[in-house]
Amino acid sequence: MAKGITAKLLRSSLYTLTNIRTKPSYKKEAAATEELSGYPRVININQPAVPDDTQQPPIFCTNYVSTTKYTLFNFLPIALFEQFNRVANFYFLVAAGLTFTDYAPFDWPSQVVPLALVVGFSLAKELYEDLQRHWQDMTANCQKAAVHVKNGGFETKQWREVCVGDIVKVKKDEFFPADLLLLQSSYEDGMSYVETMNLDGETNLKVKRALQNLSLPAAVDDDKASHFSDFLATIRCENPNSNLYTFTGNLEYNGHIYPLDPAQLLLRDSKLRNTEFVYGVVVFTGNDTKVMQNTTQSPSKRSEIELQMDKIIYLLFGLLIFISIVSASGFGLAVRNTIRSWWYLVPEIPGEDFDINNFVASGLRHLVTALMLYGYLVPISLYVSIEAVKILQARFINNDLHLYDEVTGVPANARTSNLNEQLGQVDTILSDKTGTLTCNQMDFLKCSIAGCPYGKRPSEVELAAAKQMAAQDESSDGSLSDSSSLEAITVTDDGNINKKASSIKGFSFQDDRLEHTNWLKEPNSDVILLFFRILAVCHSAIPEISEKTGELTYEAESPDEGAFLVAAREFGFQFIKRTQNSVVVKERLKKDQEPVEKEYSILTLLDFTSKRKRMSVILRDESGQLLMFCKGADTIIFDRLASNGKTYLEATTKNLNDYGEAGLRTLALAYKKLEEKEYSDWHEKFHNAQISSGSNREELLEELSDEMERGLTLVGATAVEDKLQNGVPECIDRLALAGLKIWVLTGDKMETAINIGFSCSLLRQGMKQLCIVVSAEMLAEAAKDVVKENILSQITTSMQSIQNKKEPHAAFALIIDGKTLTYALEDDMKFKFLNLAVNCASVICCRVSPKQKALVVRLVKEGTGRTTLGIGDGANDVGMIKEADIGIGISGVEGMQAVMASDFSIAQFRFLERLLIVHGHWCYKRISKMICYFFYKNITLALTLFYFEAETGFSGQMHYDDWYMLLYNVFLTSCPVLALGVLEKDICAEFCLQFPALYQQGPKNLFFDWYRIIGWLANGVYASFVIYLVNIRIFSPESFRKEGQTADMYVIGTAMFTSIIWVVNVQIFLVSHYLTSVQLHTIWGSIVVWYLIVYIYGLMPVQWSAGNIYQQLPEVLGPAYKFYLSTVFVTILCNLPYLIHISYQRCYNPEDHHVLQEMKNMKKDVTDRKMWKREQVKATQETEIGLSARVDARMRMKGKTTRKYSSLAYSSS
Amino acid sequence: MKTYYYSLLQPILFLPQITNADMNPVTNGALKSKKTSKKPEYSRFTQQELPAWKPILTPGWVITSFLAIAFLFIPIGLVSLFASERVVEIVYRYDQDCVPEMYRGNVSAYIRNSLTNKTCIGNITVPKKMDPPIFVYYQLDNFYQNHRRYVKSRSDKQLRSAAYESSTKECEPEARFNKSGDPVPIVPCGLIAWSLFNDTYNLIKKDKVLNINKKGIAWKSDTKVKFGSNVYPKNFQSNDLIGGGKLNESIPLSKQEDLIVWMRTAALPTFRKLYGKINTSLEAHDTITVVLENNYNTYSFGGQKKLVLSTTSWIGGKNDFLGIAYLTVGGICLFMALNFILLYVFKPRPLGDPSYLSWNRKAVN
Repeated sequence: MAKGITAKLLRSSLYTLTNIRTKPSYKKEAAATEELSGYPRVININQPAVPDDTQQPPIFCTNYVSTTKYTLFNFLPIALFEQFNRVANFYFLVAAGLTFTDYAPFDWPSQVVPLALVVGFSLAKELYEDLQRHWQDMTANCQKAAVHVKNGGFETKQWREVCVGDIVKVKKDEFFPADLLLLQSSYEDGMSYVETMNLDGETNLKVKRALQNLSLPAAVDDDKASHFSDFLATIRCENPNSNLYTFTGNLEYNGHIYPLDPAQLLLRDSKLRNTEFVYGVVVFTGNDTKVMQNTTQSPSKRSEIELQMDKIIYLLFGLLIFISIVSASGFGLAVRNTIRSWWYLVPEIPGEDFDINNFVASGLRHLVTALMLYGYLVPISLYVSIEAVKILQARFINNDLHLYDEVTGVPANARTSNLNEQLGQVDTILSDKTGTLTCNQMDFLKCSIAGCPYGKRPSEVELAAAKQMAAQDESSDGSLSDSSSLEAITVTDDGNINKKASSIKGFSFQDDRLEHTNWLKEPNSDVILLFFRILAVCHSAIPEISEKTGELTYEAESPDEGAFLVAAREFGFQFIKRTQNSVVVKERLKKDQEPVEKEYSILTLLDFTSKRKRMSVILRDESGQLLMFCKGADTIIFDRLASNGKTYLEATTKNLNDYGEAGLRTLALAYKKLEEKEYSDWHEKFHNAQISSGSNREELLEELSDEMERGLTLVGATAVEDKLQNGVPECIDRLALAGLKIWVLTGDKMETAINIGFSCSLLRQGMKQLCIVVSAEMLAEAAKDVVKENILSQITTSMQSIQNKKEPHAAFALIIDGKTLTYALEDDMKFKFLNLAVNCASVICCRVSPKQKALVVRLVKEGTGRTTLGIGDGANDVGMIKEADIGIGISGVEGMQAVMASDFSIAQFRFLERLLIVHGHWCYKRISKMICYFFYKNITLALTLFYFEAETGFSGQMHYDDWYMLLYNVFLTSCPVLALGVLEKDICAEFCLQFPALYQQGPKNLFFDWYRIIGWLANGVYASFVIYLVNIRIFSPESFRKEGQTADMYVIGTAMFTSIIWVVNVQIFLVSHYLTSVQLHTIWGSIVVWYLIVYIYGLMPVQWSAGNIYQQLPEVLGPAYKFYLSTVFVTILCNLPYLIHISYQRCYNPEDHHVLQEMKNMKKDVTDRKMWKREQVKATQETEIGLSARVDARMRMKGKTTRKYSSLAYSSS
Repeated sequence: MKTYYYSLLQPILFLPQITNADMNPVTNGALKSKKTSKKPEYSRFTQQELPAWKPILTPGWVITSFLAIAFLFIPIGLVSLFASERVVEIVYRYDQDCVPEMYRGNVSAYIRNSLTNKTCIGNITVPKKMDPPIFVYYQLDNFYQNHRRYVKSRSDKQLRSAAYESSTKECEPEARFNKSGDPVPIVPCGLIAWSLFNDTYNLIKKDKVLNINKKGIAWKSDTKVKFGSNVYPKNFQSNDLIGGGKLNESIPLSKQEDLIVWMRTAALPTFRKLYGKINTSLEAHDTITVVLENNYNTYSFGGQKKLVLSTTSWIGGKNDFLGIAYLTVGGICLFMALNFILLYVFKPRPLGDPSYLSWNRKAVN
């Protein structure tokens, strides 16, 4: 890694040429100071470049960030090196070099020109891609930051000019240009809020605190900060590292030394929120920043097919070497035995080709010649053709209107084009959660108050499931007429969209019984009132009035809380103000009456932690009554209810189950009335515990809270929809039906993750959840071995429960958290863990760090050997995206890091379906067909050379003109195969989507397996054999035309080459399933162009051409009937076995796409809809996740709930 | 026409399709909303919706195509075979018989010695009536005119024009003649010319010499362009080592048609080259006396020499292979067609039958 950084540094300084200061010498300096302070990195604030008197100034890297692969100067050498690193290209380079020697069986252009074209094209592509990266870097590097210059003045500089030691001012909603040490914020106490979404994907705000006791003058928001003009301090801290959550060091100021911790560090790529401005000093810049340290070098990804193609190329190299050796030994033997009697060669004079006195040397010499001659076995233009095809395929992806998001206006973007076909072979999808599956927005959807469920709008999961049910209903009994039910569903859809557009963010509740103060008429209105109050009071959010609209928005720690507050506001309980110890709520308690402001004084706030899973507020209302409001996870709350507080328990539990089934996330609300005495006693204890400094302080507090939060009375429960992105459940369903496994890796809490699992149908009721968790106590106390043993035993028991499953339909879900994962990913355990995970229908990893995400991906990739796809949207997903075989970035709201690291970017998760099932499938088939055909056509050509050479005493003579060979690969046969690679379609997009099983052809690699490849190679061998023998036999030795002349070598060569052109073009015609005018034009065009070339080339004055085929077509071959007869005969005979093969295959062993093509052709999709639907259902993989699985389970369990669901679908319209 | 070419170019250059926007609701919406959006332009090409021919190998197509091939090939085969049968061909091998008994033990001494009498007389009988033109060929065997050293050893420039007389680089080892210490170029240089075939044939029918016309046996492009009319043989066969025939130094290369024919190297070690034409017809059972000069040395490498008299038809010389091949493949296709017809009759697979889909088949098994 360190080496990489140095290299990068060197490069970046070369690149800009602007920053002379940059020298990668901080390591030297580091070693010197390490002994002095214990911290290797010394930063002098406000004097970025002033030299120390004793040693060289500490020099750090600039803030310039470069992700480009090349620089201006190393582009050519590195890019060329990479090109010739490919075996095939290197071989051709050597061969091209040798064409200038006497070894060559042909003139130099026939090797050099194709190579130059091929390499030139690849270089141009590399250059283009790197330039794009460069522009992206430039936009990042040229962002503006306010940097302190002198006397408190600030100057706007570009990010790349920011140096270590600079004091920087960052305003609200700006990104930090580098890793900063927080000095001061607009708040007096030095607090500031940051959003680290780009780093860890978490959306809640994090609090950062400036150093206390620095006693800086109060900060004013103007352009001057004069107190910094003479602020001289020294920071000593750790060296740059990738750990986001650690930072140690100290700050020396005015002779005092202040310790530093992560709470003072503001990280690059996070955003200042809720704070007017901050001042910070730059600690790490550029590549030293935490976020950059977390970026791993993106490995160059190559698709499975390309790797396999390499093997074929090695195979062909093997064949090449084999026939070259045959040829060389043949030649050697001829030199030794027979040639000495061939007086017409004057064999006794040793020439550049052979020496009869040294047949071994002659043979070896000839080996070189033969290796060049048969080089046509290895298709030189294969790589470049594939690249061209992939670029065009990528443009199809970019231009697909179905992958275009109308809302954000973002089209799909294939950022690297070399993985297109890999999209068709994906086995496991590893997905981020926030921003990828969800929109990261909570919607208050339903609630249960006093055991009575409110909220009529169905959740998206319910809707989707209802649709599914309706569809299945329709296919199982035909009583429902197709059109009407389909219409009903479409109407549902449209209705929804309209409503969504008009609704309030965070609030999708719809029930007249509660809205518009109607709740007053409900039977339990007092409980409802309490419910709303809890919502409005029990939280830790801050209201914020937007300057533009005057509207209230809430800055909440979690989006749920925000949704509750919005809901409370809509119900008439508007939270407007929070002071140090009170909360002000505007309550509308009567219809047609102005809301009244009520102030609740908050006595104690017991915070929410993931361990407690609840929060409570103790308050005194205006009547002086002491109350405790509590909200928390249902199980936690239910455990703490008073015996008389369980009135609604049963009904609420039932509602909660329904909500869970609907994929909603739920919290239970409860309250308790407190006596003055009771509270004051407790508070005293609590206060004492708070100010105590003993080691057991936390425990004590915990115990006391627990004591207080008991004996609650249940009020109700809320159901919030973590808004999934459009179409996510359906997309997951379809992907699951196509046989893909989906894992969710999220930085979120376990509960949230599980909730999302439910809402996107990865989890469902009745699925057995296997949670592998190690308690925090254990982690803290027990030795590593013990912890590992514990995890191992959990894994083993889980595994056993899977193996011993009794029901056939029992599905398992594995849920594991980040800390546990740390152990589970260690070498000795990871395969056990993987084995367990693979056996589970869905896997959810929560609280995982970016690095762990990448590690999990690696584990799956290497452990299963299958193709993995990583999809995410935040900077925290970058590692995963880069590690996966295919990385997909969601170009959503969370910045561009994920997109920049990805191979493909799409606007929404749901587009993944089309990207994989349609584009992936097509690209896979196209590329595999194309490669097979490519090898076929080159073998066909190259082997005819070999046969002919054998007839010339292995002397290395060719019967084709050099130009034929040159044009064959780059011109004569390239267009049809390009057209095939770009446009071929086995079946249309709708069918791909309707029959997800077709996707499995990719992961199973049915179209590029060795069976098929060998078949194609054999076909090539056969074709070459027929072409050679038949032509030779037809044209030799007797006269081939009425005028009595006999054929010379080049006449036979041209006739043979004509046959080859016809054979390979007819072959590609037979291969194609889909012939647009482009294919037809290229196929016929190639044939016509061949005749034209022979004709025109033959007309060229002999001074210009080699003269071998001068006037050949018009004079020699044209008038000969045999020429045409041989072409027709050879063309048919060469393609006959393939034709018979596909005819038989169609007849008795048709593949799925064959049958579907026929159905389409017969319009069965329109005429026999029932069968069509039935087959669609059957064409799905057995799946345990997704909506279909949910529907299945439902049907199994209840049998007849179908009606209810389908009616739901209609009613909501 | 313009639009036609546009539509051809459009896919290649990703040009937007010229279509009436009103015809397409998708584009229409986009145009209304905003023009600057990154929304991809709709075109049938970019959306991969180009109209296409999707041929499906239905039983009908299979049977039709096999029958079509059969019905095309069998007549062609018959016609070709018939044409080949019409050709009369006489092959007379003379390389062994033309060596006098006394030299049979040491053939190369005989053939290399310029003083021995190389004349040889033989008889051939005409099996069927041969109509003019009758072509006279010589056929050599085991002679590698296609050897790389041999093929390369010529100078097209020198053959073409007198100006390039000394461009003999490619002609090694037969490039220059050491004329009293001064290497002068040989015209025509190179191994091919040097090893020129030099057996001569005279045919006598009933004491009457049959005139063998040796003009017009080379390709026009050779005599007109590739062999210059101002290039005269020079220093040819002057080295100690004499290969084959000599050339008349007063006749330009463009007129030396036997050289021109020889210079077109044959593809295979067994080849025939045109020697001349006879313009009188030969009756069946005619006996023809061949008086030949057996000069050319094929003995050292064991090659045969044959004299061939042949008529031609539209397919050229006698060649049954073409006809038989066509008939065979035609037959195979006919067989395949019948085969498929029987298969479809007795074990038909209904088109688009869902039970052949993999998921349904899996269920059956």
